[in-house]
Amino acid sequence: MPTWAGGLRMNDPILFLENVHTHIGQHHILQGVSLGVTPGGATILLGRNGAGKSTTLKTIMGLHPPSSGRICFLGKDIHTTKTHKIARLGMGFVPEDKAVLFNLTVEENFRLSMIEENEKIHKNLEEVLLLFPALKTFWKRKAGLLSGGQRQMLAIARVFVCDHALLLIDEPSKGLAPIVVNQLGEALVRIKDKTKVILVEQNFNLACQVGADCFILDDGRVVFHGLIRDLAKDRAMMKNYLGI
Amino acid sequence: MTSQAIDLKTNRFKTNRVKTGINWLMGIGLFMLPLIWIDPITYLTLTVAGLSLGMLIFLIASGLTLIFGLMDVLNLAHAAFFTFGAYTGYSVLNLIASFGWIETASLGGSAFFLMVALGTAGCVGAILGIITERLVIQRVYGDHLMQLLVTVGVSFVMVEILKIIWGVNDEVVPVPLAFQDSFIIYGVFVEYFRVVAILLGVCVFAGLQFVLKKTKIGIIVRAGVENREIVETTGYNINRIFTLVFAAGAALAAVGGTMMAVFNQAVNPGMGDQFLIFALIVVIIGGMGSVTGSFIGAIIVGLSFNYIAYLVPKMALGVNFMIMAIILLIRPKGLFGKE
Repeated sequence: MPTWAGGLRMNDPILFLENVHTHIGQHHILQGVSLGVTPGGATILLGRNGAGKSTTLKTIMGLHPPSSGRICFLGKDIHTTKTHKIARLGMGFVPEDKAVLFNLTVEENFRLSMIEENEKIHKNLEEVLLLFPALKTFWKRKAGLLSGGQRQMLAIARVFVCDHALLLIDEPSKGLAPIVVNQLGEALVRIKDKTKVILVEQNFNLACQVGADCFILDDGRVVFHGLIRDLAKDRAMMKNYLGI
Repeated sequence: MTSQAIDLKTNRFKTNRVKTGINWLMGIGLFMLPLIWIDPITYLTLTVAGLSLGMLIFLIASGLTLIFGLMDVLNLAHAAFFTFGAYTGYSVLNLIASFGWIETASLGGSAFFLMVALGTAGCVGAILGIITERLVIQRVYGDHLMQLLVTVGVSFVMVEILKIIWGVNDEVVPVPLAFQDSFIIYGVFVEYFRVVAILLGVCVFAGLQFVLKKTKIGIIVRAGVENREIVETTGYNINRIFTLVFAAGAALAAVGGTMMAVFNQAVNPGMGDQFLIFALIVVIIGGMGSVTGSFIGAIIVGLSFNYIAYLVPKMALGVNFMIMAIILLIRPKGLFGKE
């Protein structure tokens, strides 16, 4: 039973953003984003390039502190909390680029993410390596020498090994071959059964495979919230906001 | 991965190994080149002297490479940490001498007193490093020009404080008696202190390599150097880690200062600047952020200085600049520098 479950009812959001504005330099990226994610499964953030999806994840994670608005995670306000403290509350983050440390081995990448190396975490590691068997093969190899797909698997696996309440994953399929994207999709489906995932993804098929609930962002605002299967039926919305 | 790709990788691996082997052979050849002009006994004596000088420079350079190479901070206050360490060591040894203990002939006793002086200097260096990093450096991360300006300022302030505490004159450092002695092995004249300097340098190198490569804190430091964001989002306070690295670098500079003070048997407020230049050359030759590079670079600088000082004394200082220029032309990132 995940430790975060205590005290929260199943329909309470584990994360919500309330009218969040984020500025990066002079650019006003998020313009009043409000969204909430409930426990279980995966929530997808969709939108065109430059819509503010990655910025939303980074704002939640504290990498781009919001200029106004409120972010609440597991009942705690985190919009002024430092990134490393947010991570310790139970949030994991897989960034879009450079999600692994190239100069560290696969083993060292895992060891870095295991803040407490106890029996439970080691058991998690064994389960994760069953999910991503290729990583065990390259255990002593530097992450920079892995293929793109293997690096992406490592990026997700090293975050998943800890008991996070929420995983933020930013465009994991970017630049990957279709067969690798399929493998990634299968892994994400199994991950979302164990921990809540917010997934930013441009690959609509992967998004449909992994998630049920979705938000569309456009120009820093939420323009749609609903089930992804309902979105798939709305051709006009798909064309206007996703370009497909 | 296809078999063709595996073959290509294997071939590249073998080629790299051959190249590394050739490089090492060339290095050893250059190392033995002075034998053409110097007799073997003198060569060995100069080699021991050069290695000990190299290890003393490595102590300063290792701190600099940690701070510049790992944290990307241009710290010109490093010389001040070195000088403060030298004066701290001088004060501790003076205190020990006031009890009459410095004149023990026992090698173990002398080593113990030296360790006390080094430990105290290291602690002082670390404290100064923490204060400097928290008050000054944290505000100028990412801005090399500001780092240069503020650290030069910090250096001036620290040296002036030092002059207030210890005065402006050169001071004689009491050296533990056993270290003033020497022994002869196969005709080679070796001072005990030089052996201590070599052993200390090797131990610091081994210790740094162990910490950086085998411990969790080493993994965190190496990770933080490569990607701060991943370290922060994993749950580590990157600011605290960088403070720790800065403190370690300052402590190493201070330890180097004490060793140099004992080596020269004197301290003066300007000694840091003289050795900072050597340390910078070592870091550039070895490659930024590479402790192994600093170690090899320090050996190169120490040996070349001693050989050339014997053969052509006027070129002793200049030869290291020449070596640095040649290495930068052939390999701009240094011998072991990363891209």
